[in-house]
Amino acid sequence: MCFTQNFWSLLIEGLANGFIYALIALGYTLVYGVLRLINFAHSEVFMSGAFGGLFVLQNLIGSRQPGGLTSVWLVAIGIAGAAAAGGAVAFLLERVAYRPLRRRNAPRLAFLISAIGASYFLYNLAGKEFGRQAINIPAPFTNGTVFTVFGAPVQTYYLVVAAVTIVLLVLLDRVVAKTRLGQGIRSVAQDAETASLMGVNIDRTISLTFVIGGLLGGAAGFLYALPVGAVFTIGFTPGLKAFTAAVLGGIGNVRGAMIGGLLLGVVENLSVACISTSWRDVVAFGILVIVLMFRPTGLFGERLGRSA
Amino acid sequence: MSVHEGPSRLNRLRDSRDFRRLGACVFGMLVLALVTGPEGIQGNPTYGVIQSWLRPRVVGFLIAAVVLWALMTFWGRLSGRIRAEVVEVADVGRRLFESRLPRFGTYLLLIVLAVLLPQILSGTWQEITVDQIGTYVLLALGLNVVVGFAGLLDLGYIAFYLIGAYSTAYWSGALPVQPPFDLNPFFIIPFAVLAAMLTGVILGTPTLRLRGDYLAIVTLGFGEIIQIVATNLQGVTGGAEGVIGIRHFSVNLFGVRYAWPVGATANLPYYYLLLGFVVVALVIFHLLEHSRVGRAWTAIREDEVAAAACGINPLKYKIMAFAIGASTSGFAGVLFASKIGFIDPTEFSVQMSILVLILVVFGGQGSLAGALVGAAFIQWGQNFLRVLNVGWYNEQDLYVYLGGLLVVMMIFRPQGVLPSRRRSREIGLAEHGIGTADAMSAGETAP
Amino acid sequence: MSAAEAAALHPDSVIEVSHVTLRFGGVTSLSDVTLQQNRGEILSVIGPNGAGKTSLFNCLTCVYAPQEGSIVYYRPGGESVAVLGRKPNQVNLLGIARTFQTSRLFNALTTFENVKIGVEARQHTGPIGAVLRLPRTRREEKEGDERAFELLDFVGLRAQSNVLASSLPFGAQRRLEIARALGTGPQLLLLDEPAAGGNHAEKAELERLIRRVNVELGVSVLLIEHDMRLVMAIAQRVVVLNFGRVIASGTPREVQRDPAVVEAYLGTPKERE
Repeated sequence: MCFTQNFWSLLIEGLANGFIYALIALGYTLVYGVLRLINFAHSEVFMSGAFGGLFVLQNLIGSRQPGGLTSVWLVAIGIAGAAAAGGAVAFLLERVAYRPLRRRNAPRLAFLISAIGASYFLYNLAGKEFGRQAINIPAPFTNGTVFTVFGAPVQTYYLVVAAVTIVLLVLLDRVVAKTRLGQGIRSVAQDAETASLMGVNIDRTISLTFVIGGLLGGAAGFLYALPVGAVFTIGFTPGLKAFTAAVLGGIGNVRGAMIGGLLLGVVENLSVACISTSWRDVVAFGILVIVLMFRPTGLFGERLGRSA
Repeated sequence: MSVHEGPSRLNRLRDSRDFRRLGACVFGMLVLALVTGPEGIQGNPTYGVIQSWLRPRVVGFLIAAVVLWALMTFWGRLSGRIRAEVVEVADVGRRLFESRLPRFGTYLLLIVLAVLLPQILSGTWQEITVDQIGTYVLLALGLNVVVGFAGLLDLGYIAFYLIGAYSTAYWSGALPVQPPFDLNPFFIIPFAVLAAMLTGVILGTPTLRLRGDYLAIVTLGFGEIIQIVATNLQGVTGGAEGVIGIRHFSVNLFGVRYAWPVGATANLPYYYLLLGFVVVALVIFHLLEHSRVGRAWTAIREDEVAAAACGINPLKYKIMAFAIGASTSGFAGVLFASKIGFIDPTEFSVQMSILVLILVVFGGQGSLAGALVGAAFIQWGQNFLRVLNVGWYNEQDLYVYLGGLLVVMMIFRPQGVLPSRRRSREIGLAEHGIGTADAMSAGETAP
Repeated sequence: MSAAEAAALHPDSVIEVSHVTLRFGGVTSLSDVTLQQNRGEILSVIGPNGAGKTSLFNCLTCVYAPQEGSIVYYRPGGESVAVLGRKPNQVNLLGIARTFQTSRLFNALTTFENVKIGVEARQHTGPIGAVLRLPRTRREEKEGDERAFELLDFVGLRAQSNVLASSLPFGAQRRLEIARALGTGPQLLLLDEPAAGGNHAEKAELERLIRRVNVELGVSVLLIEHDMRLVMAIAQRVVVLNFGRVIASGTPREVQRDPAVVEAYLGTPKERE
């Protein structure tokens, strides 16, 4: 088969992409859980993370070549900056584009249209303010091959992506399963009316859900932009692919988003070996169309209110 | 503070609606200041922000914010009588329109004006009227059938436009793949429109069962796919360089011969062709709206389950709306390809589909007058600002304004500027918890 | 039993439900439900909340697909058709119309328009006819209007023709929903708790209307109701459901005295209101 030649390196690269898709997909899935709506503007949250991390690192890394422990700190700070940017944008998004509509009980179509508007607004505003060329993010670590698996190189970058994603996922799982906020999110996702009767502050829960999704999406944006640079267009395609991943795993299902992301990353990368790279995006969109047509509940079904 | 006192004055102030309104106005004005401010400089991320906010110009915006807040807060209290009189005038106007004679008279007048219009326009503006305004009016009318009448969100609408354009190219022999026979150029229209319609049916049949937001994303993905295919399929579509040498529109039928000219003098003849089709589209869509089909669409939009219980097959009518929308878009593609003579696939992105959506939503979904006026106004407006070359308007920022406009519209006037009365009612009722006003919740509300 | 056997046994049936079982995940909504309704009869389905009555309606109209069992509908000539496996709009075109537990009117449309949509169910005008204003279209339009007005007269809502459906008082909304359902030309009308929430006068009005639908229009009525007085007054036969099973069936009097029913649902004589 066309991909058996470089199978392992394609697989590893696909997994790395998959981790990033998973992080973004979690944002979609969490918001869907509490609002039953696709947050179309999540791709711009992702984009802001890229810029957030960029600005933080630009000010920290001079001309010195970081290494060792400094690298770890720099990555952590970069992630923190990116997550903060993503969270802030997500917060504003909820306040400006969604909450007023919830207040007036707007029809569902209005939410989607508002999100589309917000997405285009942020997208083009970023282009206006930050320039239309990609800006390279100063590298917080030196990228090299750390070890090989069956002859396929595993780069430092891949390890960083995997590590950050796993840490964030563990944190997310802790928050959703153990904290009161997490309980609130799960109860609102299951039955908002009852939840509010039980004293859960719906507004705050929704707002915080957006923020959490934004933190994850922002971090993902930073990771994605490390090799290619931050640019205002960076959000659209990964956003759509992550949405595919979320649907593939079963929208509303946190574990599904994770698996969907990894699966999509791997399948997409493997198939690119068979068809040229310019068709890469068609694979993901094709999967999207097929999943939505034949199994819209995804691999793990639409399990709302439960995080597993 | 004693626990027996009420909320502190600071808390009360923070919670008061007036205060929050002021905050919203200031926020909105600051955003406007940023949007109308100068471009950022590559590599200096804060330049644009500083130039927009930390300069004297921001004072003007803050003052505007206060003025806006004052208007919003005190308008209600002062305007009672003024508002009553405005409503009375509007009512008289509406009642006048309900009888046939004044209505047809107005339409006739508008058509005469439209016919005379290009004579007073400059060459540049003639071109803009055809390429930018007229084409988009047609597109908006078509999308209005999908979004406004049937309540479906199609974010890949431009795909049908592309299909219409490429079909035209194909039958003109301009593509690497040659047509099997030579087609009378007049018949390119029905062939291309048929191609677009078929694509609409093929795409719609499996996907229109889906819920509203899923449908939106699928159509978005499909739009992307079509654009990628057009850009990459070198052998069939000419790839990223596009297609050139498309035959210009001509009629050679029953002894009637007329070839639409090329270049600078092309605008007027294409304008009249376009005007003719817009009028035909308006008539057709109006008839549809007030027929059994239009009522079925309304029923589906209001309550799909109840509509099915009344014998209406929701999928059939949704596909119908989709196909009608697709054929209008394909038709616009034919006109455009014939006039310009070449196609650059990279231009036809999702962004264009979103633009048409904005035109429809702004004007008023479900309203023919709304789609027409909305499309004409925004297209005229953005071109006007572009041609006028005012300092603060940068052509590239168009979508910043449009995106913001969408959000503002949804918050303050979701029914659009010139809504159909039915749609206003639906949205008003939905806001009071009655009904859902759109086909987004299909599949969720089982009896 | 097969459709043919069923037809032989009950030559006058309008609908026959045989061994229908409906499950949702872990919940069994209907369990081995069998019932039969004669043509021209008013049959009432009663039972405590959650007994599966609305689920039964949803199976009859193919909104839900039961895992087991069959439903056979008989056309006026005696021809039998299988109901399951169709789409809800197809079921309506067979001749089964329904109302909903909470009124599902087209709220932003007028009373007249609501009924007109029902009437248009059986028409054939499509986009081509609509745009070309074919003679058949114009005829259907006129006939549709006439029929809609007839139905509005029948339910007593003619005067409110131009009122928005959402503005109608509660009882009128119920009647409108019935008028709309009748517009689709059914042989069998499924009414889901039409009296629920109505006051005394509205219920009396409804009782008269249902009788007239049955007697004057010849429509068989399958009625879900909680109001026992109404059921006793107009139903010829009653079927009782509890926890998804049929626990009794017969005339209202027989069912009223059935100890299983009394225990499960009607409660003590004092509660029987």
